[in-house]
Amino acid sequence: MESYKIKKHKHDAIVIGAGGSGLRATMGLAQSKHSVACISKVFPTRSHTVAAQGGISGALGNMGEDDWRWHMYDTVKGSDWLGDQDSIEYMCKNAVESIIELEHFGVPFSRTEEGKIYQRPFGGMTTEYGKGIAQRTCAAADRTGHAILHTLYTQSLKNDVDFFIEYFVIDLVYDDGKCVGVLAWCLDDGSIHLFQSHLVILATGGYGRAYLSSTSAHTCTGDGNGMILRSGLPLQDMEFIQFHPTGIYGAGCLITEGARGEGGYLTNSDGERFMPKYAPNAKDLASRDVVSRAMQIEINEGRGVGEDKDHVLLHLEHLDDEIIQSKLPGIAETAKIFSGVDATKEPIPVIPTVHYNMGGTPTNFNTEVLANGSGQVVEGLMAIGEAACVSVHGANRLGSNSLLDLIVFGRSAAERACEILDKKTKNHVSINEAALDKILSRFDKIRNSNGGIRTAELRDKMQRAMQRYAPVYRDKSTLEKGIEIMKDNFRDFNNLSVSDKSLIWNTDLVESLELNNLLYQSLATLYSAYNRTESRGSHAREDYPDRDDKEWLKHTMVWVDQDGNSKFDYKPVELRTLTDEVETVALKARTY
Amino acid sequence: MAKFTLPINSIVKKGTTFNADDAETKANRKLRVDVYRYNPDTNSNPYVDTYILDKDKFGPMALDVLMYIKNNVDPTLTFRRSCREGICGSCSMNINGTNTLACILNISDEDKLKIYPLPHMPVIKDLVPDLSNFYKQYESIKPWLINDKKPEREHHQSQEDRSKLDGLFECVLCACCSTSCPSYWWNSDKYLGPASLLHAYRWIIDSRDDAKKERLSNLEDKFKLFRCHTIMNCTKTCPKSLNPAKAISHIKKMLATDK
Ligand SMILES: Cc1cc2nc3c(=O)[nH]c(=O)nc-3n(C[C@H](O)[C@H](O)[C@H](O)COP(=O)(O)OP(=O)(O)OC[C@H]3O[C@@H](n4cnc5c(N)ncnc54)[C@H](O)[C@@H]3O)c2cc1C
Ligand code: SF4
Ligand code: SF4
Ligand code: FES
Repeated sequence: MESYKIKKHKHDAIVIGAGGSGLRATMGLAQSKHSVACISKVFPTRSHTVAAQGGISGALGNMGEDDWRWHMYDTVKGSDWLGDQDSIEYMCKNAVESIIELEHFGVPFSRTEEGKIYQRPFGGMTTEYGKGIAQRTCAAADRTGHAILHTLYTQSLKNDVDFFIEYFVIDLVYDDGKCVGVLAWCLDDGSIHLFQSHLVILATGGYGRAYLSSTSAHTCTGDGNGMILRSGLPLQDMEFIQFHPTGIYGAGCLITEGARGEGGYLTNSDGERFMPKYAPNAKDLASRDVVSRAMQIEINEGRGVGEDKDHVLLHLEHLDDEIIQSKLPGIAETAKIFSGVDATKEPIPVIPTVHYNMGGTPTNFNTEVLANGSGQVVEGLMAIGEAACVSVHGANRLGSNSLLDLIVFGRSAAERACEILDKKTKNHVSINEAALDKILSRFDKIRNSNGGIRTAELRDKMQRAMQRYAPVYRDKSTLEKGIEIMKDNFRDFNNLSVSDKSLIWNTDLVESLELNNLLYQSLATLYSAYNRTESRGSHAREDYPDRDDKEWLKHTMVWVDQDGNSKFDYKPVELRTLTDEVETVALKARTY
Repeated sequence: MAKFTLPINSIVKKGTTFNADDAETKANRKLRVDVYRYNPDTNSNPYVDTYILDKDKFGPMALDVLMYIKNNVDPTLTFRRSCREGICGSCSMNINGTNTLACILNISDEDKLKIYPLPHMPVIKDLVPDLSNFYKQYESIKPWLINDKKPEREHHQSQEDRSKLDGLFECVLCACCSTSCPSYWWNSDKYLGPASLLHAYRWIIDSRDDAKKERLSNLEDKFKLFRCHTIMNCTKTCPKSLNPAKAISHIKKMLATDK
């Protein structure tokens, strides 16, 4: 093996990822006395949070009465009762303060006539426990993620954060079961770096790119989750993948739910507005899983539009041009560029598209990573954002709750990290060379792969398999087939061919390392989906159409080993709330 | 806009031609793509590779072309990309003489593409420029809210004041504008360039910001601001249809009228 020279760095804490969650945590730590570094494979403002459109939820009550308890109720119901109620209470209660703080940082939120933060309706967000429609989602036009991410980046600049940008983290480094740092590769000059730290905070985002068609960026490969599985730790609730109802047909780019929040609606080939059939009260603003399934049924029953009758239409043309210009300028632009449609005049062709991963690295509500279903904490490791499963979204995330999750738990991760660091000695352990060798020899082996299948080819096979065998509706036989194919793909990784052997900006190698992470997660998703014999939230089994609270009111914990084999454990759903300020939202049937 | 100019001291050689079309490619679906290549590991000059492709095999955007080449013809081709919808600002480059975002440039009607890195930036590899100086300049204008008041709720801002930020806050920091500006090419060490100045203006006119005076006086400098000679390349090239030249002229006016 070629010997790599390793440059060494020491920090109290390191954050991997500079999206909304990573930057919020980094900022919090930068304001403390502890040293922190933030490592990211892309320049911070290019992280996927920049693409979030519709907004961030919080019961500010700027546009009508609101209460965080109503928000909590909606979130629990949205999660189909799989969300942990202690974490959900924490998130909803801390929403207002966290959003006001963002405004103080300078986020250019849209405004109401009184000069307050503008809030729009979003799917599943109601008042008085389901009675009315809430206006709870705080928006900066339809560029809320952009506005928030750029602001958090500049706040980090203000706080003099130590950034390591365009560094690709390869794997986590452990000492006796404790996480003590990461090994990373600097793309600019090809050097290898060891970042030692008392705490590693994973904020590496979701893995939408396991699918062929997804609203996510090319960089959404869930690298952190891949590292977790390679560390011999489990992931949680990986069967729950959100399909957003309105991805642009063909291109996969997102049209925000805010478009329906502002009055948009869906129709089928008969021109029928079909959502009232499926959700008489919430109609087009029902939860995403409900709308996506309804669209899929319309299409399956032959009422899709287009040559192949395989999509439906989203109408905005009845809205005032002024509303589109001021509240939805970005999606008007996107519709024009990617489907050639003038949204003020014609409907937009849309289709349910993979959008969000409810599953991920299991944590407690303090954002500390868990080693198993009994809640044992992995020392030195925390996780936040879409990479983590805390779990506030349970079996289905409500729109605009993710940005909230990033900010609230990014902030609390920093606080928790400071508490932990206050108790630590400043000395770092001496790193076991064998641990580094193992990571580097895997890296070297992939770099020097000379097998029979190119990275892009294998990735395509994986993405097509996920698209086909883990779609909106699943059943035993498709999932079985999916597992079989994915295991072959997983094995084929050993037969990879990487053409670029260099170290400086070798994106062929970056994509190969990402592919390996995606393969681990694809298997985890298929195994978990096969294993869960009920339908709940986004996980719809045709052979088990009902929710089964007796057997399945529990979180899946899944391990995938280096041969692609799985192992399961379970964690009970936390039905108890954190404080007595609110009561448990009791189980009931979920209708909209 | 100005023609692409060669980076100083580098002669771009002719590279390899890859014929990736086949007998079935219809004549009107043929696309010839010339791509600038530079490999930092060899000491050799940059070169231009040519790819002959069939447009029926990929999507309509310039980024689809590059990804097709990377996935099917030459995996060593190197460029930045992430969101593929024009919002992350990663894929800025020079295509047929114009700086733009590859992912939102529809090339269906083209039969030739010349793809180069952003002009006048140090190149790390192929289409990947080194943007560190661009980022430092952005940081130098203090692109954060300066306001010590901590009201219990949000700062009040009228809809009218908020609308002044439209056309500014949407900037994706792609550097297309700055790297199209002749003044920036020759003075990028001292002249801030259109992107940073657009952001400077964004904070100057934010009704919530208390540092307007300091911000303005920091710009009152022969180089930082006044190297802009209103050539307008910046505005012509911005792939997000923003208008940095106008923002700059507003700053100049504010300085002239001292308010
Ligand atoms: C199109 C779209 C619109 C959305 N709109 C909304 C919305 O309106 N409201 C809402 O609440 N949610 C929305 N979401 C969801 C939300 O945007 C995401 O869940 C959220 O932004 C994820 O943020 P994050 O901080 O977890 O990760 P990301 O923003 O994805 O950032 C991940 C970070 O990790 C880094 N990273 C990853 N791997 C590595 C590695 N190996 N080495 C080094 N660094 C690494 C990356 O560089 C990046 O900085 C939307 C999602 C999409 C796709
Ligand atoms: S208007 Fe000013 S900033 Fe814009 S290109 Fe011309 S000189 Fe450069
Ligand atoms: S102003 Fe336009 S061209 Fe310039 S950096 Fe911003 S988005 Fe890019
Ligand atoms: S890939 Fe994000 S702007 Fe082109």
